[in-house]
Amino acid sequence: MSQFIELNLSKDPIYDHCFSQDRKSVAITRQNNVEIYDLSAAGKPKLLTVLQHHDKTVTAVDISKDGKIVTCSQDRNALVWEPTAGGEYKPTLVLLRINRAATSVKWSPCGSKFAVGSSARVIAVCYFEVENDWWISKHIKRPLKSTVLSLDWHENSVLLACGSTDGHVRVFSTYIKGVDTKPPATVWGERLPFQTLCLDYNVGSWVHDVKFDPSYSFVAAVGNDSAVYFVYPGPGEQEVAGVFKARTSYLPFRTLIFASPTKVVAAGHNCHPIVFEGDSNGWQQTYAIDDPATKTKTSHESQSALNLFRQLDLKGSSDANSGELLTVHQNTINVLRPFQADSHGLLRFSSCGNDGKIVIFDV
Amino acid sequence: MSQSLKPYLTAVRHSLNVALCLENFSSQIVERHNYPEVENKKTTEVLLNPMMISRNENERVLIEPSINSVRVSIKIKQSDEIESILVDKFTRFLTKRAENFLILRRTPIPDYDISFLLTNYHNEVMMKNKLIDFIIEFMEDVDKEISEMKLFLNSRARFVAEAYLSVFD
Repeated sequence: MSQFIELNLSKDPIYDHCFSQDRKSVAITRQNNVEIYDLSAAGKPKLLTVLQHHDKTVTAVDISKDGKIVTCSQDRNALVWEPTAGGEYKPTLVLLRINRAATSVKWSPCGSKFAVGSSARVIAVCYFEVENDWWISKHIKRPLKSTVLSLDWHENSVLLACGSTDGHVRVFSTYIKGVDTKPPATVWGERLPFQTLCLDYNVGSWVHDVKFDPSYSFVAAVGNDSAVYFVYPGPGEQEVAGVFKARTSYLPFRTLIFASPTKVVAAGHNCHPIVFEGDSNGWQQTYAIDDPATKTKTSHESQSALNLFRQLDLKGSSDANSGELLTVHQNTINVLRPFQADSHGLLRFSSCGNDGKIVIFDV
Repeated sequence: MSQSLKPYLTAVRHSLNVALCLENFSSQIVERHNYPEVENKKTTEVLLNPMMISRNENERVLIEPSINSVRVSIKIKQSDEIESILVDKFTRFLTKRAENFLILRRTPIPDYDISFLLTNYHNEVMMKNKLIDFIIEFMEDVDKEISEMKLFLNSRARFVAEAYLSVFD
């Protein structure tokens, strides 16, 4: 276990990152830009290109299965970047029609739509209109009461889970006539016109991240109360069949991913990922990855008397390295993303943090 | 360190550690703005319950967390008039230099002597445990400093009085 690859890409915090389909390059947010690094050559990651168009902090980035990049920013805009033959990217502005910051963006699995969450208390579901040759959006407004922090798509590209600062986990239908084919009935409902609310569960604290499980039969969410919630839908309309709350004594989590239908990895302000396992009978925390409790300070310098007095002289204390954390990430982990999977589930996942690092961990 | 100071500082340290879980959060109210939510308190759902930790009636700390900022206000011990004058002068000296002090708030909030405003930006560029260490160290040292200044002031006053009154001896 605890194998990892560490990439020091930036001095600024990385709010979101996304690997390309072939895992040879990675796009990261860096202040107002998105930078794309080539990782295929050995040694240092090479900067391929910088996507410059936003004029405020870029909050999220996502790459579709056909290589299109979508970015969204606090300047209220989202851009779709299409790769051109010369290795450059051509931006297209999306008509989001929102008047506050965009906070998160996700491509649907089919690659023809994406959803943008925003501080304007709406989710903009965007799709390409061929007649006019641009990306337009439809809004999901009700019953969102606060900033949308996270989004996740169902595999049928119609259902969309969202978590927001009003403490609710919601699942909406984003069925758009002419773009989507009618999805088969699932546990989430049968008739799904646009903006149908399929699930609404109040967690009671800000929902930082929400994800569908790999079988798309329930959702998991992380709240600001350091717990991970597992919400199972019932047969009735908006009915909740069961909720499991896995409490922890860690600092709040910011993100989670499913490694398999029975395993969840969550990470956040504790700077290292924590694994939860369970099924429809209950969930609990099982182990931690990159656990600082199992590590000791390796620096031999702190033992020498010379160093002790040097520290006393320089800093007025004999504590040599209280600043460094024992974990790989030195600051909050913002986003986890799946990196490599096989038929049994996830093998490796990547994380990005406020310390400007991207780390690839083994599950 | 006196008996009651240690648990007091430990409580503050743990509360700060929990409160400093911040993220970049843009305003829901003003377009294209990103300000500390704890300062204008208009978006109530992103504010958390304030925590007050008191050592005694004269010494307390108020921690007001929110989604992207934390305000820490400290009431420094003032047992007599000299101490309150000294505290006033001392905090004035610091707040005048607030630009170089990054996390210091230019005016303390009412009923407190000095306030710090920590935002997600500070949390990103500085190490969280160092930030907490700094505030704890400040709380530890400020008492010492004030009582030292008081002693110095008293001895100086005595010396001046002696020199002045020796004329009438």
